[in-house]
Parts: sequence; C-alpha cells; structure tokens
Amino acid sequence: MSTATIERTAPVSRPARVHEPIPMTRLVGVEVSKMFNTRSGFWLLASSGIAAAVATIATVLFAPKDQLGYGNFAGAVGFPMSVILPMIAILAVTSEWSQRTGLTTFTLVPHRGRVIGSKLVATLGVGAVSIALAFAVGALGNVIGSSIAGVPVRWDVSLGSAALIFLADALGMLMGFTLGILIRSSAGAIVGYFVYALVLPAALGTLASFQDWFASRQGWIDFNFSVGNLYDHIPSSKEWAQLGASGMLWLVIPLAVGLWMVRRSEVK
Amino acid sequence: MITVEALTKTYSRFTAVNDVSFSARAGRVTGFLGPNGAGKSTTMRMMVGLTAPTSGTATIKGRAFADLPNPGLEVGVLLDASAQHAGRTGREILGIAQRTMGLPRARVDEMLHKVSLTDEEAERRVKNYSLGMRQRLGIATALIGDPEVLILDEPANGLDPAGIRWMRDLLREYADKGGAVLLSSHLLHEIEVVADDLVVIGNGRIVAQGTKADLLAAAGTLARADRPAELAAALRGAGITCTLNADGSVRTDVGAAAVGQIALQSGIALVELRSADSAGLEEMFLELTATSQRDSTTPSTERSAA
Repeated sequence: MSTATIERTAPVSRPARVHEPIPMTRLVGVEVSKMFNTRSGFWLLASSGIAAAVATIATVLFAPKDQLGYGNFAGAVGFPMSVILPMIAILAVTSEWSQRTGLTTFTLVPHRGRVIGSKLVATLGVGAVSIALAFAVGALGNVIGSSIAGVPVRWDVSLGSAALIFLADALGMLMGFTLGILIRSSAGAIVGYFVYALVLPAALGTLASFQDWFASRQGWIDFNFSVGNLYDHIPSSKEWAQLGASGMLWLVIPLAVGLWMVRRSEVK
Repeated sequence: MITVEALTKTYSRFTAVNDVSFSARAGRVTGFLGPNGAGKSTTMRMMVGLTAPTSGTATIKGRAFADLPNPGLEVGVLLDASAQHAGRTGREILGIAQRTMGLPRARVDEMLHKVSLTDEEAERRVKNYSLGMRQRLGIATALIGDPEVLILDEPANGLDPAGIRWMRDLLREYADKGGAVLLSSHLLHEIEVVADDLVVIGNGRIVAQGTKADLLAAAGTLARADRPAELAAALRGAGITCTLNADGSVRTDVGAAAVGQIALQSGIALVELRSADSAGLEEMFLELTATSQRDSTTPSTERSAA
C-alpha cells in the first residue's frame, strides 16, 4: 500500500533519468588513484619505498653490531618518511590548482568540502600504508642484519612508541595538507613546509636558548617541537596538552581558514 | 534547459558580468559570442559553480548546478582543454571522469574512439598533446556521461579545419538528438555555421540575443551594381542610410525589395542582391561590442563580404 502511494506522488513531469549521488567511497578511490597515476605522484610514492629500503640497507651495513636493534631501523626508515609523506599530502591538494585539474574535479563534484574530505582520507590512508610498509622493511632489515652480524634480534621498540611515530608522521602529513590548502600552489606549499620543518625549528630553538620566557612556553606554542617529542618518548599529560594547544594553533585553525577560503575561491 | 537569470559578477574594481540573462534550449545549439574579456568564461564558470556569482542565478534543468547529484551525467562541461595534469595520459584522465561518474570502464574506449584519439595517443602523457588533441580529450570528458546539456568554452580553439568540421557535425548531431548545447567563441564565423540561437555579450552585458535567423534578418541587405556609387547615391536620395564598401558592395538596413525597387526606378542594373548575412552580422557584432574592443575598427570598409 505504502509503495503505491510513493509511486503515485513521485513527479512524472521529468522523464529524465534519476541519478544517485556520488558515494564518498568512490571519491576516495578516485583520489587515491589520482595520487598514483601522475609521473610525479608515482615516483614520490615509489621513493618512499626506495628510501626505506636504502635506509635499512645502510643501517645493516654501517651500524655497529651492538647497536643493531629495531629502534635504529625504525628511526632510519622513519626519517625519509617524515619528509616524503608531507610532500605527498601537499601535491594531492595543490595539483588541482597548479595543474588546473580543479576545473574538471570541482565540476564533476561541485562540493569542494567533499573533494577535500576525500583527499584527506585518501592521503591519510596512503600515509598509513606507507608507514606500515616502512616499518615492515625495517623489521626485515632488523632480522637480516642481526643474523648477518650474528647477534640476537632485538625488538626494542614498544608498540606504544611505534604508535607515537605513526601519529607524528600522520601529523606531519596533516601539516603538509594544511599548507597545501592554505597556499594552493605546489611550489609555494613545498617551500612553506620546509620553512616549517627546517627553518622554524632552528629559529625557535635559538629564541628558546636566549629567552627563558619562550623556553618555558615553547611546547605550548611550537607545534614542531611538540610533535618532535613523540619520536622521543611517551609524552606526559602536560606534553599531550601542549601538543593539543600548539596543534590548534598550527593545524586546526589554519585548516579551518584554508577550507573556508577553498570553498569561496574561484577555480580558474 | 539552461536558464541564466540576472547573473552578475563584480570584482573589487570592475563588473565582469553585468545582469546577464538568457537561456539555452533543448534541441538547439546556442552560440555565446563575444570578444576576448567580454565575460563569456566568467559566465560559464558561474553556471557550473566554479565562480560564485555576486547576484543572480543559473539553473540547469531547473536545478542549481551544485544540486545535481552526479553532474557529469547531466551536464558535459569543457571550460579549458589545457587545464589537465600534464603528467597523466589521456586514458587516465578519461578514466578519472569515468570512475567519478560511476560508469563502466568500456566507456573510456568508446569515447576515445568517438573523438578519434588512437590507442597510441591515449597512452601518451597530455604534456605531449597538441592543443587540438587536448580539445578532443576535453570533448570526450564532457561527453562520457552521456549528458543532455553541453557547456563548451571555445572548443574549436586549436583544431585544424577538419577538426572544426568534425566538432560542428558532432554538436549538430547532439542537438538534433534533443540535447542543449551552449558554445562560446570569439569568432563569429565559427559559431554562425552551427548555432541556432545567438547570445552576443560585450563588456559583461548582453548586447543582442535571438535566433540566428532573426539576427540575420536584422542584419540588412547587401547589393552590388555595375555603378555602386550611383546606387548608393540613389538609396541616400530615397532617404535610406547605406554604406559603400571598398569592394564595391552596398550595405543597408532595409529589405531587399526596397533596394530592388529603388535600383529599378533609378535605372541601375543590379548584379547581386541578397541578405547581408554574415557580413551584416559581423558588422553588427563589431558595432555592438565596439566599446569593448581592444582594437578600434574602421567599420565596413576594411572587410570584404564573405
């Protein structure tokens, strides 16, 4: 009975096909393939794997016997990841503007928030898989390296600190993503990221060494500093709060501003 | 199918699009004509939600573009064929559109075939495409969802004469099947051969619109005589304004019958008498958009009747 009612009230004036809205899962899938199917994107992703392998081999070759342990391998593969992953995040966003593909993307999906959202999910997904692969490559290196050296395999990284490294890398990616959305130009955002990751720590470190008032507050203000703690040790509750506060300043607010700008901006 | 109402876009310094209203109907090709910088592209970007209008609305089949659940299946859009990632192959670019719209994979090959891109070309990166190939790829992207409405900004740019002919036939066939085509150009000749309706824009404002037949009828009469100066004088003597062109033709706004009558009375033998068609339309186009032209034009004398 109810079915019949629905059929009767359905508008018959438009004989056109009725289209289903595009599901979010499909958009995420498309965004993932867009990250792989350009030459730059492909090599960037490939380079994260290559860098992990090279770092592992170097550790096997050069680390002293008594230093062989998963902690060193994880550190060796983790460093290139922390550089490459933010680049992947940046390009996932900025290529829509720098390569002007946004003209097609935002016409096929006229909701920029959905596009950016699916980019974020795709980016974090690719990041998580990359980090997991890097950990696996490091683990393999640890097993092989220890057996070559004839020392027992040491697993000196707790699950907790592995999770923290994971989180730190993800936050680095989010920082790249935020810069991409704010700057919307590949070159500009990459330069911006290196200023954030390389120039600012030195500048703020110098400031902290001369100015006590800053040194005592650095954790609250300097996001990079707070994220750096995650690689080091399990943060205290105060350090968690500092991470949250500085993250609000460096990540959440700029991301909100950037999203607002992206939704309003003209795509040319 | 496309309805634009009082669309206006104001930037801080100037008004790019000023109170533009028109519609593009099903089964017809609507030519959107204007010189460079007249506001054609801005209008089209507003129609598809890439630029937010200052005021006014644009609807497609009665709905705002952003309210279309899967726009690619209802509106095919080509705004700039060069706006593609240089590092992707043609096939990958079509594949992105196909996947976004949720179409079967086979559509990609169908479309490549339809726009005459070979398999080898489809595997090439777009960086190595000529502008004409990019236009073909852009057309393929616009058509892949089998939409009922097409919005194309300068699609003939970069196409060779055979390509332009191909594009014209494709759009004609598309409209004949009941689709609505909105096609922009700054070249009158390119548009007048295919368009049924014309919308002329200059300086952000619509300066003329109507069916091509009406606009052509309004474009006046072109006459040739053995003694053109005498014909012109006779017309002026009868109180009709006319222009004597450098090629010896005389153009006037009145109908052919009136010109023939005056020629007969004055004993001047006409060798040609017809609607001014493209010559008149071009003149109208240049006049209507004169204030927005970058180059000042000396009307009529420099041009020959096509």
